[in-house]
Amino acid sequence: MKDLLLANPDYVTLLLHGLGVTARLFAVSWILAMLLASLLTAIRSAGGRVGRSVVAIFVEYHRNVPGLVQIFVWYFGVPQLLPTSVQRWINHHNGEFFLSCIALTLYAAAYMSEDLRSGLRSLPRGQAEAARSLGMSYGQTLRHILLPQAVRASLPPLVNQTLALFKATSLAMTVGVADMMHATRQIENETYRTFEAFFIVSVAYVLMSWLIMGVGAYAGRRFSTARN
Amino acid sequence: MLEILNNYGLILLIGEYPHGPLGGLAMTLILAASALLLSFPLAILVGIARTAPLIAVARLAALYANTIRGLPLLLLVFWAYFAVPMLFGKSINATVVMLGALIVYESAYLGEIVRAGIVSLPRGQQEAARTLGMGYWTTLRKVILPQALYNMIPSMMNQFVVVVKNTSLAYVIGVDELTNAAYQVNSQLLTKPFEVYALLAMTYFVVCFLLSRSVEAVERRITRNRRSRPS
Repeated sequence: MKDLLLANPDYVTLLLHGLGVTARLFAVSWILAMLLASLLTAIRSAGGRVGRSVVAIFVEYHRNVPGLVQIFVWYFGVPQLLPTSVQRWINHHNGEFFLSCIALTLYAAAYMSEDLRSGLRSLPRGQAEAARSLGMSYGQTLRHILLPQAVRASLPPLVNQTLALFKATSLAMTVGVADMMHATRQIENETYRTFEAFFIVSVAYVLMSWLIMGVGAYAGRRFSTARN
Repeated sequence: MLEILNNYGLILLIGEYPHGPLGGLAMTLILAASALLLSFPLAILVGIARTAPLIAVARLAALYANTIRGLPLLLLVFWAYFAVPMLFGKSINATVVMLGALIVYESAYLGEIVRAGIVSLPRGQQEAARTLGMGYWTTLRKVILPQALYNMIPSMMNQFVVVVKNTSLAYVIGVDELTNAAYQVNSQLLTKPFEVYALLAMTYFVVCFLLSRSVEAVERRITRNRRSRPS
């Protein structure tokens, strides 16, 4: 038993550190993506041709380009457009983490805004009309009446999207973010115990994914009974 | 950006071919198409098993599908990179390794599509077939699957777009496809990463956008056909 990878405190620390980075990357991107998705949905439903087309282009771009390529564009490409001083600052401040964060946020926000939009469209028109006739402004109607119901209606696709975002955080490894996947490769390189290292990280990913699926299934059941 | 397209456009499109191995966008599309085609039989098995009347079979299939869907594709690619050569006992072309990872990954997702196609058929279809004396397998083969598969065509085509995007991960294990081609062009130019990667993103965008649009057209057609059919 002493020979197991998990019996070595160095590797456990490395894995836990990787797990922490994965969790941070996921949490920050998820929160920002939900906020941005709500904003995009609001712009798209508020009318205004220019706003609507901009959101449509944003969504189409992020849905039709691989996540890996989006991360590359942000990590390798975008810094070139910035002044040298900013580039240096990014290099010294863990740039790969927050550039991946930006890429993942925009990527997830595009999908989530589509989910919210179809949730919004499934609501009866009377909801908005009733709120407006009670004297609520457009913003208030959206915030208090429409979005909460839209979130509920689009819960299953949103959970799927959350899972996709969680799995997509592993892509940040390719630009050098020290996440769980990165830690695994590092351990594998040091010990050559590929099977064991991959097995541990696979169990970790699957358990966390199941947690997300489970929360989604629970929330789906709960909200659908509350509705009837 | 036009200059890059002029000098390296062909490499991004077909790689070194015909003087060397095929690569670039052509490889991306071939890889995606073969992954989808080869995972299809497996996906039908998963879909049938998920809806099987035997609880044990259904549970096992659900466990398989949920495990695969819980893993990032990148991890499956690493698994394949490590396991496929061990299975064959010799070193294997990276393209084949990637194909293996994609087939396993897609079998779970396509399997869910097959399951949804089977479940969404009215129960009467199965009941009528069984009443006429057809066995379980005959019912599946002659009544359920033909209808389910037809209704699934749009979802399967959508899945092709997803697979095209997923093939970009082949870059990680060094397969000569579109992302890898762009990476190599970038290492030759060194000073123009934004232009190179913007070009890469635009290429994927054009391909996937056109594919998605044709899926929508097919979907409209199928919806029309289903409506005109007496139910």
